[in-house]
Amino acid sequence: MPTYTFAVNGRTVTVDAPADMPLLWVLRDRLGVTGPKYGCGIDVCKACTSHLDGEAINPCVVAVSEAAGREVTTIEGLADGDVLHPVQEAWLEQDVAQCGYCQPGQIMAAVALLRKTANPTDAEIDAIQNVCRCGTYVRIREAIKRAAAKM
Amino acid sequence: MGDPTASTTELTGGAVGRRRFLTFLVAAPTLTLATTNLVPEEAAAAEAGLPGLPQPADIMDLGDVLILAGTPTAHLLTLEVTEDGEAHFELPRAEVGQGITTAVAMLVAEELDLPLAKVRVRLADARPELLMNQLTGGSNTIRSVYGPVRRTAAAARARLVAAAGVRWDLAPGRLVTRDGAVVAPDGRTATYGSLTSLAATLPLPGLTAKPKPESEHTLVGTPTSRIDARAMVTGAMRYTLDLDVAGARPTMVRRPPTINGTVRSVNNETEVRAMPGVIDLAVVPTGVAVMAETFGQALDAKDALDVTWNGGTVDSLSDADIRKRLRAAALPFAVPPLLTLHVDAEFDFAFVSHAPLETNCAIADVREDRAEIWAGLKSAIVAKQTIAAAIGLPEDRVTVHVRQSGGSFGRRLFFDGALEAAQISKAMAKPVKLMWSRIDDMRHGRARPATHHKIRATYALGRVLTYEHRVAAVETDLRHGLGEILTATAASLPVAGNLSFAQTVFLTTVKVPYDFGVVTELLNEVPLKMHTASWRSVYSANTRGAEEILVDELAKKMGKDPVAFRRTFLKTDRQRRVLDKVAAEGDWGRAMPAGFAQGVGFHDEYKSCTACLVEIDARDPDEPRVVRAVIAADVGRPINPRGLEAQLLGGLTDAISTTLRAGLHIDRGLPLEGSYSQFHYARQKDSPLDVRIFIMPAGGEPGGAGELGVPAAVGAIANAYARATGIRPRSFPINFDVDFTPFPR
Repeated sequence: MPTYTFAVNGRTVTVDAPADMPLLWVLRDRLGVTGPKYGCGIDVCKACTSHLDGEAINPCVVAVSEAAGREVTTIEGLADGDVLHPVQEAWLEQDVAQCGYCQPGQIMAAVALLRKTANPTDAEIDAIQNVCRCGTYVRIREAIKRAAAKM
Repeated sequence: MGDPTASTTELTGGAVGRRRFLTFLVAAPTLTLATTNLVPEEAAAAEAGLPGLPQPADIMDLGDVLILAGTPTAHLLTLEVTEDGEAHFELPRAEVGQGITTAVAMLVAEELDLPLAKVRVRLADARPELLMNQLTGGSNTIRSVYGPVRRTAAAARARLVAAAGVRWDLAPGRLVTRDGAVVAPDGRTATYGSLTSLAATLPLPGLTAKPKPESEHTLVGTPTSRIDARAMVTGAMRYTLDLDVAGARPTMVRRPPTINGTVRSVNNETEVRAMPGVIDLAVVPTGVAVMAETFGQALDAKDALDVTWNGGTVDSLSDADIRKRLRAAALPFAVPPLLTLHVDAEFDFAFVSHAPLETNCAIADVREDRAEIWAGLKSAIVAKQTIAAAIGLPEDRVTVHVRQSGGSFGRRLFFDGALEAAQISKAMAKPVKLMWSRIDDMRHGRARPATHHKIRATYALGRVLTYEHRVAAVETDLRHGLGEILTATAASLPVAGNLSFAQTVFLTTVKVPYDFGVVTELLNEVPLKMHTASWRSVYSANTRGAEEILVDELAKKMGKDPVAFRRTFLKTDRQRRVLDKVAAEGDWGRAMPAGFAQGVGFHDEYKSCTACLVEIDARDPDEPRVVRAVIAADVGRPINPRGLEAQLLGGLTDAISTTLRAGLHIDRGLPLEGSYSQFHYARQKDSPLDVRIFIMPAGGEPGGAGELGVPAAVGAIANAYARATGIRPRSFPINFDVDFTPFPR
């Protein structure tokens, strides 16, 4: 089986895995990184949203081979120790989460958006596809705007 | 578990009247208390005093029924004060996102004068001794635990004060509590942690304690952030499948091409067993289970299986057949339309998936002589009993851990995932970590049943004379312990005759909030062997939603403005204040551009009421968007207004989804929809840009709130759509084309 070496949240890891194994299962089942969630497996719900070299990806449809030599960041790697990322802070201030299951993906999607656009418009926020079945969208929008103001 | 030393607490007033309670010490090194009832229950029905002709739900709603059933065991709620000064409370309910652990922590912190951060709320394992007091549903958690939690904490505080009094040789009456400590008049303080051992051993037979007067609450009633929010935003929150249970490997099930189909033969077992990562394979009642090293490999293996299937239970049924059966099942009206002015309308609602984001899942470790289960379970006791029977173990050999889970909306009333995991674990003789695929979750999971509604209202001289609503619904499965509860409380129920459980639930949850003369609402069910379950607000989303549409049409016929009409016919000033609030804050009647309109809806359930005003942009009737919403709610006594707002926001989003676009098409025995790309639950782009929520000031006991938000918003959205487009919506969701290629069966 091929071997892939890459960084996860600043830690270098090497895994034996078939080239096409989705990164989501490498993270969750091999490495015990459980922040990214399964919600559909086909890049629809976006609950697993994480970053590959800083860009938003959905590990449920990204093969492990694509991560080789690169930097994967999941929700667990967003804060700097106990110091939360401004987006996480904004999420707390707006008390966004209900069941919380989609929120790691929502936060990672928001961080990626804010990296591209310091002050996203409503239309840009509308373009975020992540499903929140609890219906927290209004608070997500407020939290993104709040984080944008902080950053 | 009791100790001879006991103290009493009293609670006066409230929905269930004046009672006395006895608090027991639980044998433990630190202060651990439980509280019991001394006085037999009076039925809440005795206190009904509503003017006019009340409907059953006015007299005693489903929440009252659940409280009544749970009261004999309400004392088994336990609270421990630890040596590091924390309060640990074990909540026999399921947290699925509704915020009950935060609200309960607030109640404990308030009563103990302890910082909220020092209160830990853990979900209790299934505890059969609680009998009917471990069901999470009917918007009932806060209603049912508000009194018992406060009484238990009040007794704990009294004991801690008494312990400090003994230590300092001071009368307890001279001591106060503050910030997790007892404070003497001279300024000496003793932390709860330093007192708990003494408090656990003091004989205090005469001790009495009362919960604080609500007027002295400083935390309860103030907007408070969730106690678990940080874990959620850092990825530290552990849902069921994030647990590391020794030896439990990823497992998935290949399911039949139609609902309830069964395995006839597995035709390529050898090949699949040889696939990468595959560990084991077993045929179970629901399909073929595959265990692998990773979920990715289990998914590949289950997809590679070649299975010959036996038929299911509804193979010949599609939406058109179901709709025909529902129309035939709707009971006739009593009032003929010939002699009076009247409004008639019929409505259809599609099946709707619960679709919680965390799919059905469980961990099970079944051994020869014992079993251990982890899952999100709203009916934990029935789950435990059923699983024990299914795997042939005595109940007390089965431990069922209730895990906080990723949404429910009624779904986790059923424990099919936990049961299936146990069956697989037994068949494979290995611990299993079971996950359903999204496609399976949507197609073989549970759904809100399709319904058909006929409504007729007659009127004359500005008055509504009669109002009849006939609901025909595919049977809602209530076999998660509710039947036992209704049987146990039968003598107190405000309904008579040989009603089904479903009809009883219908009549104790649905009521018309308006003075509409002679009112009858009747449910008739069509039993189909499909996987259904209560969906947030059970019958009310459709039944009351349809009624709110009819109210607008009735107002129009009678020449009245929708808000003015509702104001006239609502039964109470409390209801009118909520309606007035949204009309004022939402600037009801303001001029709107073509294609835009306002709509209003009202709903009253479980001792709470709410109004919703929305503005819709329906310039393209096929792509409408709710752009603004104003909601007001009176829940009697808000514990955490911030959490309540979240619940109302969720109800609004549910209503936007199910009214405009989200539903399931049934096609030859299976839903066509298999993911969120097909089941159109709202996304950010469907959500309003501006939502304002107003929680009315406290004025009584807590009412139910978890489901409250849906029905009024359904009515408001449909009414806004009708006003914006001139199209009177009759079938929901309004835009429901099959705009996708279904996944293979």
